[in-house]
Amino acid sequence: MTYFPEEVLEHIFDFLSSHQDRNAVSMVCKSWFRVERWSRQRVFIGNCYAIRPERLVARFPRLRSLTLKGKPHFADFNLVPHDWGGFVQPWIEAMAKSCKELEELRLKRMVVSDESLELLSRSFPNFKSLVLVTCEGFTTAGLASVAANCRDLRELDLQENEVEDRKGHWLSCFPDTCTSLVSLNFACLKGEVNLGALERLVARCRNLRSLRVNGAVPMETLEKILARAPQLVDLGIGSYNHEPNSVAYTKFRNTILTCKSIKSLSGFLEVFPRCLPAIYPVCLSITSLNLSYAPGIRGSELVKLIRHCHKLQRLWILDAIADKGLEVVASTCKELRELRVFPSLFGAENAAVTEKGLVAISVGCPKLHSLLYFCHQMTNAALITVAKNCPHFSRFRLCILDPQKPDANTQQPLDEGFGAIVQSCRGLRRLSLSGLLTDQVFLYIGMYAEQLEMLSVAFAGETDKGMLYVLNGCKNLRKLEIRDSPFGDVALLMDVGKYETMRSLWMSSCNVTLAGCKTLAIKMPRLNVEIINEFNDMEVEEEENLCDSQKVEKMYVYRTLDGPRQDAPNFVTRL
Amino acid sequence: MEKQELGLEITELRLGLPTSDVCSKKRGYSELTDENSLSNEEQQQHQQQQHKNLNKAQIVGWPPVRSYRKKINKTGSKGSDCGKMYVKVSKDGAPILRKIDLNTHKGYADLVVQFEELFGCFAVEGGVLRDYSDKSEFVPIYEDKDGDWMLLGDVPWEMFIESCKRLRIMRRTEALELKY
Repeated sequence: MTYFPEEVLEHIFDFLSSHQDRNAVSMVCKSWFRVERWSRQRVFIGNCYAIRPERLVARFPRLRSLTLKGKPHFADFNLVPHDWGGFVQPWIEAMAKSCKELEELRLKRMVVSDESLELLSRSFPNFKSLVLVTCEGFTTAGLASVAANCRDLRELDLQENEVEDRKGHWLSCFPDTCTSLVSLNFACLKGEVNLGALERLVARCRNLRSLRVNGAVPMETLEKILARAPQLVDLGIGSYNHEPNSVAYTKFRNTILTCKSIKSLSGFLEVFPRCLPAIYPVCLSITSLNLSYAPGIRGSELVKLIRHCHKLQRLWILDAIADKGLEVVASTCKELRELRVFPSLFGAENAAVTEKGLVAISVGCPKLHSLLYFCHQMTNAALITVAKNCPHFSRFRLCILDPQKPDANTQQPLDEGFGAIVQSCRGLRRLSLSGLLTDQVFLYIGMYAEQLEMLSVAFAGETDKGMLYVLNGCKNLRKLEIRDSPFGDVALLMDVGKYETMRSLWMSSCNVTLAGCKTLAIKMPRLNVEIINEFNDMEVEEEENLCDSQKVEKMYVYRTLDGPRQDAPNFVTRL
Repeated sequence: MEKQELGLEITELRLGLPTSDVCSKKRGYSELTDENSLSNEEQQQHQQQQHKNLNKAQIVGWPPVRSYRKKINKTGSKGSDCGKMYVKVSKDGAPILRKIDLNTHKGYADLVVQFEELFGCFAVEGGVLRDYSDKSEFVPIYEDKDGDWMLLGDVPWEMFIESCKRLRIMRRTEALELKY
């Protein structure tokens, strides 16, 4: 292979799409490293503090697409203080200097300022795609810069971000010459948008395939948009609340029939359930349905809708659907691959799903491989049945709403149930546990979950052995996050080398002490060991008065090439 | 931060009924049990007790649902089929909580009248919510979306019902202790 000219190598490497493959070839020899780095276009960085941006741009000058993740996953549930970090600004600055060919930026759980968005919009002439998931720190002013300055923007996808509304007309900032949009998702914005500007934008972007609007877009506007864009494949409905005998509704009902390409429906941010029949015809061909943002729809109405969804592969829904509704899903949606059932947290108190709904799904939908299920109770028997019926799970996340709730029938821990899942689903990559669990479940996980990459633990286990079973057994473990479980220094320090094979470890409200964390930090210089003490607003000097044997509230450990980060706030102590 | 002005006491998550004087910290499992000192049976009993306690307490970050989603599900539907906005109301000294549908009220005055009916605790003068710093034994507060406890009446009514998660009618003496 050393006789191949580099152009040939580069051509061969072009066929490698997965990050793992490209990482592997880059380590074969110096010349392959060189060829690979010059031709690499897409980079994924799962922890933005694992490496400094300067290193990234130095190695991959021809970078076109960057994916970055910032805060630890438990930040989603308010376990990480607000200004912990995860700023995108240094990355954009570094790339603005050295990676002018950037076309795509995908960020998750990062802090994005308007300044960053402005810099982004001015620095990369070929910029095409911005995807922000669960980010924060920006306002509609930042969006306005992106709209105004990115001449070739194809995709602006905002998912579940906290965006401050500045009342500007960011949508109007798309110039009249902008016709390139393929995907626009602003469902998470809370404020008004210029409806006329939206209609005109849609009218001139003939390649628009995906449009998800926010609750400020009324049915009348949506109808006009659909009339102009019958080619839409993915539709997110905003306001859906007219009387069924109104003119607006009648028009909408007729227009949507012309949209024969819709495969994915979501939104319904403000919904009048009696209007749902208008979308029944569309339901016949959709493969993806997200009703999880629509708490006003009763179970019976959900069921009526679902009965039309024969081709559904992905369903996100609230537990208002209840076990009976899930039985309908099981008998209607034979192609189902992904199911997420979210809890209705307020109101709708009688709505609930239990183990019965899950079992019904497992019987009716054998292709199911991804599950997120919030329920009121579970049993070992049900989990064992599910494991038998659906051996193809790659993601299995079960959340029983009462922490440490035992098997609803036998009052036993749910060790056997989860054990059956890991034993049967050999391809399991992600697992979240809940309910009453002893060390036994971790023994099973360590024994059987060979492909497991991410494990989430809450209120589980009895002794350090639990954590050790997992660390010893799961060879492919990348992320381990644990809260409120009795694991301490012994488990933490048994195999410190393990953490360099993982992306990160999170432990909060466990039995790990400051001494244990310090020991870990000393033994493993290539790990960052961060202690978060958010209730301690005092000076840093006070930290030294903290007794070593004191338990640590929150600890976040991650491998890094670049040592302790410089932007950590006061309440984060780097050991 | 507002929380500190009110004193941590008011924001501490509580295990058990509102009248109990015991305020446990919201620290999770590890502080509640000490494995080594309990026999197996005791451990199981203790676990069951913890389970019951955890059941009633509000645990930070549980259930693991993104705050974005929690907000949507709270303020989401305004359709006429689902125009109810029930929130719990607790009153210091009364062991049983009540529920009030905020949507059936047009404003604070209305709401206070219902407090009177349910708990008989307010001096409502002429049906208008007076400055209750001088007259009544109780102070009405509410918990907002961010988890902060706020004094009733500061913000416009519409804003209030959007963000109110629960109400508490607190003894004035407790409120006084929090000021310093």
